[in-house]
Amino acid sequence: MSTVLSAENVVKRYGSFTALHGVSFALEKGKTLGVVGESGSGKSTLGRIVMRLMTLDSGKVLLGDDDLFALSRADLRVARRRIQLVPQDPRHALNPAMTVKDNLFFQLRAQGIARSTWNAKAEELLGQVSLPADYLHAYPHELSGGQAQRVAIARAIANKPEVLVCDEAVSALDKSVQAQVLNTFAELQSSLGVAMFFISHDLAVVEHISDDVLVLNRGTAVESGKTRDVLSNPQDPYTRELLEARHSVSAL
Amino acid sequence: MSATTNLPTTPRGAELPPGVPLVLDATSVSVSFRGKGSRYNTVVDSVGLGLEQSQVTVLLGESGSGKTVFARSITGMAPRGARVAGAAVFSGQNLLELNGRELRKVQGNRIGMVPQDPNASLDPMRRVGGQIIETLMQHGKAASKTAAKARMLELLELVHIHEPERVAHCYPHEVSGGMRQRIAIAIAICCDPELIVADEPSSALDASVGVRVVQLLDDLRERLNTAILFITHDIGIAALIASKPNDRVAVMLGGRIVELGFAHQVLRNPKHPYTRALLAAEPSADVARGSLAVVPDEVRTQRNWGPLLEVEPGHAVASLIENPTDQKGGLA
Repeated sequence: MSTVLSAENVVKRYGSFTALHGVSFALEKGKTLGVVGESGSGKSTLGRIVMRLMTLDSGKVLLGDDDLFALSRADLRVARRRIQLVPQDPRHALNPAMTVKDNLFFQLRAQGIARSTWNAKAEELLGQVSLPADYLHAYPHELSGGQAQRVAIARAIANKPEVLVCDEAVSALDKSVQAQVLNTFAELQSSLGVAMFFISHDLAVVEHISDDVLVLNRGTAVESGKTRDVLSNPQDPYTRELLEARHSVSAL
Repeated sequence: MSATTNLPTTPRGAELPPGVPLVLDATSVSVSFRGKGSRYNTVVDSVGLGLEQSQVTVLLGESGSGKTVFARSITGMAPRGARVAGAAVFSGQNLLELNGRELRKVQGNRIGMVPQDPNASLDPMRRVGGQIIETLMQHGKAASKTAAKARMLELLELVHIHEPERVAHCYPHEVSGGMRQRIAIAIAICCDPELIVADEPSSALDASVGVRVVQLLDDLRERLNTAILFITHDIGIAALIASKPNDRVAVMLGGRIVELGFAHQVLRNPKHPYTRALLAAEPSADVARGSLAVVPDEVRTQRNWGPLLEVEPGHAVASLIENPTDQKGGLA
């Protein structure tokens, strides 16, 4: 197994506040790393740093063999095509003035894909996230939350990225829709072999979707390892507290 | 007004446990909003629900199911422009017929509200303590400012705020989200209400903070003998707050209650296809990735559910019951 994304001792400060105290992880090809923590734990900061939307104060982030913070601007632009974001609120992440088709075209241009293939590619992408091609002409406000999220996923996978960074990608969805989107993620992972950096505060979702888990608390990785091991036998009191917030249905 | 108590009672679905008085009895409540032209869109379709003293009733539903509109309407807080029909009887008064002045004597006093987002309900320009004192004075619950202040500190302690003196002097932005929600709860309970309506009080909070807020509400209803109408979309939170044997869960779908029963019945042994699908769609490690059960669109968008019929004591389901022999006849 090859590592597609890894971080070593990432430190990030906002003024005098330290958001990340030396966090390390490694994400393997085609696997999912669940990143768990509450607000303020630094999970979104880590997500932004691995996408290089933010600089770090010390440490290293490797996308494949490339050090994201040592690349030239031209190289970085190309490297960025290999790591894509699925945002939390899909309806705000799609351009509201563009149809679904134009939103996808925008991405296809950025990915440097030949213009002649765009039409076919856009239809294929919607098919991959199980949306009919009719939706190409819809505007984002005409979509339901689940549909919009699937368009955002279609956009993210346009050029077969190596890594998807999903920042609370299913948290804003209703439970009945959440299952559909989670299934879509799983299908894409097996068909494209894409690795996922899956940020969520919802342990049930993380337990379902991820192979490994990284628990963050106040900028420190308090626990990491195989999802099953960590969640069935949490060593850290903070992880135990997070786990307490569930399993209440079975207690009835 | 006394006539309202003699309204024919439409089915509440489940038999109420004997001896538990109703705090609020809502019967055939319909709410509609003006749509295009002269059309009205019905958001809540003749829903009846009885809320029992010191019991929790959970309204479980997804966005757009009408749970918030229903809860607001039966407490006389229907959104602007809503057309409300039916009756909601609260200690002999039909709240749907009261005027603004009479309603204000009930709201915030005998019915407390815990909002979803405490940032929006607390005044950002005023100190926390002052806001609690204001509510106490408004409803004549304290003889003097000094008495109100003492009571305010007592309330802050009751909602597990450790340094009430210090927190009372803070502005809402100076305290954490969980603490803001506790302060909102303190305001909701300050007049010893008979009913608390809590609209997703934990969904804006971190999971473990939310759990503690829900546990606080659960603890308070026993100590204060208050009924709670708890609105949520989260099955785990529903199971957490409906912790006592007589607590009930009502599942809302498309403006109707499609399943109603005691929490252990609805959440452990659901009979309605929607409730079943919803519970099956819960992600867990036991389900192989990519094969989570999906709530079928024809169930989710189905609007033709019949009246609630009892399938076992206390447990009622709207038609399309899987095993028709289980039906012991309707209450209609």
